[in-house]
Amino acid sequence: MSAGLTPSQTVGPFLAIGLPWPDGPFVVPEDTPGAITITGVVRDGAGDPVTDALVETWQADPDGRFAHPDDPRGAASPGFRGFGRCPTGSDGSYRIVTLKPGALPSPDGGTEAPHLDVSVFARGLLDRVVTRIYFPDEEQANTADPVLASIADRGGVATLIARPSPDNARLRFDIHLQGDRETVFFDV
Amino acid sequence: MAVHPPAGSGLVVPGYERPSGAHPPLDFARYRSTALRAPRRPLVLLPHRLTEITGPLLGAERITPADADLTAQHEDEPQGQRIIVSGRVLDTGGRAVPDTLIEIWQPNAAGRYRHQVDDHPAPLDPNFTGVGRCLTDSQGRYRFVTIKPGSYPWRNHPNAWRPAHIHFSLFGRAFTQRLVTQMYFPGDPLFFQDPIFNSVPEAARDRMISRFDLELTVPERALGFRWDIVLRGRGAAVFEQPDGHR
Repeated sequence: MSAGLTPSQTVGPFLAIGLPWPDGPFVVPEDTPGAITITGVVRDGAGDPVTDALVETWQADPDGRFAHPDDPRGAASPGFRGFGRCPTGSDGSYRIVTLKPGALPSPDGGTEAPHLDVSVFARGLLDRVVTRIYFPDEEQANTADPVLASIADRGGVATLIARPSPDNARLRFDIHLQGDRETVFFDV
Repeated sequence: MAVHPPAGSGLVVPGYERPSGAHPPLDFARYRSTALRAPRRPLVLLPHRLTEITGPLLGAERITPADADLTAQHEDEPQGQRIIVSGRVLDTGGRAVPDTLIEIWQPNAAGRYRHQVDDHPAPLDPNFTGVGRCLTDSQGRYRFVTIKPGSYPWRNHPNAWRPAHIHFSLFGRAFTQRLVTQMYFPGDPLFFQDPIFNSVPEAARDRMISRFDLELTVPERALGFRWDIVLRGRGAAVFEQPDGHR
């Protein structure tokens, strides 16, 4: 038996009544040793902040394992949620507190550099848009990453690499939905 | 289809199907808010690797049974027509998706959301928040008790009104299955002029419309509407040996 996929629809302007969780931005508690904070602003094609978006992240733990039974290497020890969710504020900003994920073996034989998968939902987006956050201190791994290597528009690769701060504990990742600095988005 | 581990990693990563003809395009001019928000550059194809075939398995610790009854979250009952909304979460292969978190939100019977940005001059209902959560059971079944949401005007085009709808958010069991959608009600006279509903390819629009179900209807209490939600199913492994292993 096969069934027709349910179509996506926009989250609309009122997602804030239903989707934010008080602990959503905290993949790990803020006082966790090694915790990093990823912040950024979601902007539209006019460069204005998008104040009614929701940013979600999904990632491996620092050992590169997922707390999920479909990880063919066996599930990681539970306890690391791996998932973050933050609505944008009146300045278009979001914040995720997490641990840096480990690198991942890729089924094609290569190695994926540490990354987070990101979904952005908003009024005006009829389906989520998906991107990835990579790390600025992983130049070598990023160069070898099969997903970054698959991006034909080489100028777009930089849109997926977070900007560092001196202490490496804070990273900046802006998301440009449209425009000259448009972020690379994936067909997942 | 048999899958074989490619040389090099020994990993087999079963990907998810990429069904066509269901989702709306991001760029859809009749829905004005897409104009500055829909990406203009082509999306880059992302083959499914470990991050895409796994996903957050959340829920049990986040909800109580009371979260599924939106009519019982306050001291008194909300105004409006009580309804049951129930169905199954399946994948495109027809398999149930058990133990998955569903989140819903909606306006009240007068068509107003409990949200500071909603300036529709319809009354708020002190007994209705409009937010619900539940987990599917082992058969993929879910059930909410709520009130029928009202239609409301918006400023997309002259005299624009949204058909009555309930927002649904689903995780499935993989990042790839994540879905946010809207459930509509049968026979709504507002469908024809709604760009959000009509952004979906015509053949797939009725998948968003619940159907009235007398069996689900609770005598002398609440009307029943049935709606099954279908997420992407498992496909073949994305990576296979190019030579001789098929």
